Amino acid sequence: MMNTKKNPEIDMRTRIAWGVVLIVVGLLVLFLFAFSTEAGQVTKFGLNEAKGEAITIPDLLLPTQPTNYVLALILIAFGAFQLARGVKSTSTLVAVLAFSFVMAFLVWAARDKSFSLVGMLSSSVVRATPIALAALCGVISERAGVTNIGIEGTMLFAAQVSVIVGTTTHNLWIALLAAILTGAAVASLHAFLVIKFKVDQIISGTAVNILGAGVTSFVSSRFLEKNIDTLNNSGTLPAFAIPLLSKIPVLGPVLFDNTPIVYLTILLVAVLHVVLFYTPWGLRTRAVGEHPKAADTLGVNVYLMRYINVMIGGMFAGLGGAYFTVGSVGRFDEVMTAGKGFIGLAAMIFGKWTPIGAYTSSLIFGFADSLQVKLQILKVGIPPEFLLMAPYIVTMIVLTGVVGKAVAPAADGQPYEK
Amino acid sequence: MTDKTVKPTPSEKKDDKFDLRQIFEGSYNTLLPLLAIFTGLVIGAIVIAGTDATVIAAWKNFFQAPGAAFAATWTSIATAYGALFGGSLGNPRDIVAGFQTYFSTGDNAALLKAIYPITESLTTATPYIFAGLAVAVGFRCGLFNIGAEGQFFMGALGSVFVGYSLQGLPAFIHLPLALLGGIAAGALWGAIPGYLKAKFGAHEVVNTIMMNWIGFRLSDWLLNGPMKSPGFRPVTRNIAESAQLPHFFPDPLRVNWGFILALLVAWLIYWLLFKTTIGFEIRTVGANPDAAKYAGVNIVRNFVLAMVISGGLAGLSGASQVLGVDHWVGQGFSAGYGFDAIAIALLGKSHPFGVVLAALLFGVLRGGATRMQSLAGIPVDIISIIQGLVIVFVAAPDIIRWLYRIRPAEHKQALQSRG
Repeated sequence: MMNTKKNPEIDMRTRIAWGVVLIVVGLLVLFLFAFSTEAGQVTKFGLNEAKGEAITIPDLLLPTQPTNYVLALILIAFGAFQLARGVKSTSTLVAVLAFSFVMAFLVWAARDKSFSLVGMLSSSVVRATPIALAALCGVISERAGVTNIGIEGTMLFAAQVSVIVGTTTHNLWIALLAAILTGAAVASLHAFLVIKFKVDQIISGTAVNILGAGVTSFVSSRFLEKNIDTLNNSGTLPAFAIPLLSKIPVLGPVLFDNTPIVYLTILLVAVLHVVLFYTPWGLRTRAVGEHPKAADTLGVNVYLMRYINVMIGGMFAGLGGAYFTVGSVGRFDEVMTAGKGFIGLAAMIFGKWTPIGAYTSSLIFGFADSLQVKLQILKVGIPPEFLLMAPYIVTMIVLTGVVGKAVAPAADGQPYEK
Repeated sequence: MTDKTVKPTPSEKKDDKFDLRQIFEGSYNTLLPLLAIFTGLVIGAIVIAGTDATVIAAWKNFFQAPGAAFAATWTSIATAYGALFGGSLGNPRDIVAGFQTYFSTGDNAALLKAIYPITESLTTATPYIFAGLAVAVGFRCGLFNIGAEGQFFMGALGSVFVGYSLQGLPAFIHLPLALLGGIAAGALWGAIPGYLKAKFGAHEVVNTIMMNWIGFRLSDWLLNGPMKSPGFRPVTRNIAESAQLPHFFPDPLRVNWGFILALLVAWLIYWLLFKTTIGFEIRTVGANPDAAKYAGVNIVRNFVLAMVISGGLAGLSGASQVLGVDHWVGQGFSAGYGFDAIAIALLGKSHPFGVVLAALLFGVLRGGATRMQSLAGIPVDIISIIQGLVIVFVAAPDIIRWLYRIRPAEHKQALQSRG
């Protein structure tokens, strides 16, 4: 659908646009952050979680004003370079822009204060987990050509089932398994409707969302509220520090001292990346999503591939649902997923339908989420709601294709008829 | 996309007929939605009885007392649905008695009490009509507007702002202004995804979802900040009396001019879609954008126009709820209206008159649900379950055909309005 031919005029326009954006942001940093600070101010970033790391490294002390000057300079210089010559890679541009701006902002916001960088990064990873699982669900379904906007509803089902199973069996691993199976079951309903009955995929996804919210809220007020101790109090999966690795400064507390769902998510990202891009199965999956007719001609069973991939996606969403209950609070509350399934959809698009991209975007969205909590503590005059909007706005900008085109699989959302 | 063929216009004429007689003439067009509703209610009944402790206990003793098991099941369902429809339609005998008292003595207290349930259903149906129309207009242009929820909220905020910030205006100026405030806010929220779709090909489904969440966050901020009333709760101030949609009856009956307005707007949308060139172009783009393009229709303009109308209607829906019923806005105000609207548009086959009927049905279901919860202890969420099922059945008519052994109709309906 998209025109993939290189258009030099558009290339040039994008290059200049990027240059201008970088310079403008650089000037913003200069005026907003650098000029509003005083010469002697220092920002202290905590780099230790104080959980008994083997080596405690000293906290990072940055002189506030000079740091902001340097960051502003980097942005402006990069922008000027972009105007004159330019780099091709959009990710480099985004990385430079985002890193410099966020860093400048943090240095400014935490001036004269101490700010636990490690604490925030580690909470970003945790908050990114359900988003990432929802995004992975989207990636594998849409790679096979089935749009699934019912992730939110699927996660709600799984969250509720896992807490009930966990409370009644007193075994959180069985609860986790139950959540995964529930996810697969709900996804198979979606797959059945859209593949067998050719129901519009958006409508089916909407129905799954409505049913997910309806059924779980119904069960919650009819049973769970009255029997909290016997049905809705599962306890949570314990955090599990990986020996040795968790002792590494900064990285250790951020990545290697988490609950099993967080590890599992990172593992799944890697596995899905390999499966999708380096195995025959992955090739078939992508073929079915890009050009089902061609795949069919070559003997790939389009329907079967779609069924199985949507169900695998459902398992990811199920695991994501379990994160909300047995993975974090140990009880079910009505509509507790609070839109994470939809942010997952955004992360999938922002990550250009790749597992690693989706995970990276989830980390960014998780970072935005934990940043807004921190900002409330730091009492910066910026309403946290605006930071929470950021993932959605970013997704819409990405979808326009002005900064780095995101192209969906060609047959995404279309039913296949033999 | 390429395998769609251009349909000649003969089916075009049929499109604007929404004729109840079709049921009796054996056209499945109208029968299928009715069966979908029926099946949804039956499954809802199974859920109600199946989660009732008394019923479960009775069935455990099935072999000792089979009659008791059936009796318990029946009681459970009858109590629930009796409360649901009693709570939404009222008791006909009370209504008749009320009329008698009114005509003989001129005392309307009994009558007002008797018609209270049904007026509440109409009150509930009012925003549903607008919101259902919003989604239906999108469908007709081939656009899936999942963003009615956010547009509803924005519309509510727009109208409440006009409603409380202006004081001392006469009602005939203030009320239309407040309605316009709602329409404008909703239309803006719809126009953005419409423009992005037309200009950049960005999928409207994703963008309307994103706009929903941006809207929720924005409303959180507005209700806790600039629009917050003095006090602790994150709610707006009450609107001025001059911005309120007048009620027909004294309190507590809340049915208001919004309902009449909704019927008028439904008729207006019918006229726009089926009797004007604008509507024809919108429907042509919806049926086949490629063909429309080659026929010289401006796709960009129609996408934006359809989303503006759609968003405006959703905004009007929010406005009608604020100006007619609540008079202030708090957090979570949209409460699923936009998502219910999808079900209503589907059930009404994206036809304005069908939408009105579907909205009335949902008004009845939602209106009675609260009473069902208090009388029979059934959580109101049962309505969402029924609604989700109805969507599935309407969207997958083959399930209904298979359930009721209906022979498939000839494939004249191949060109459905799809997003």
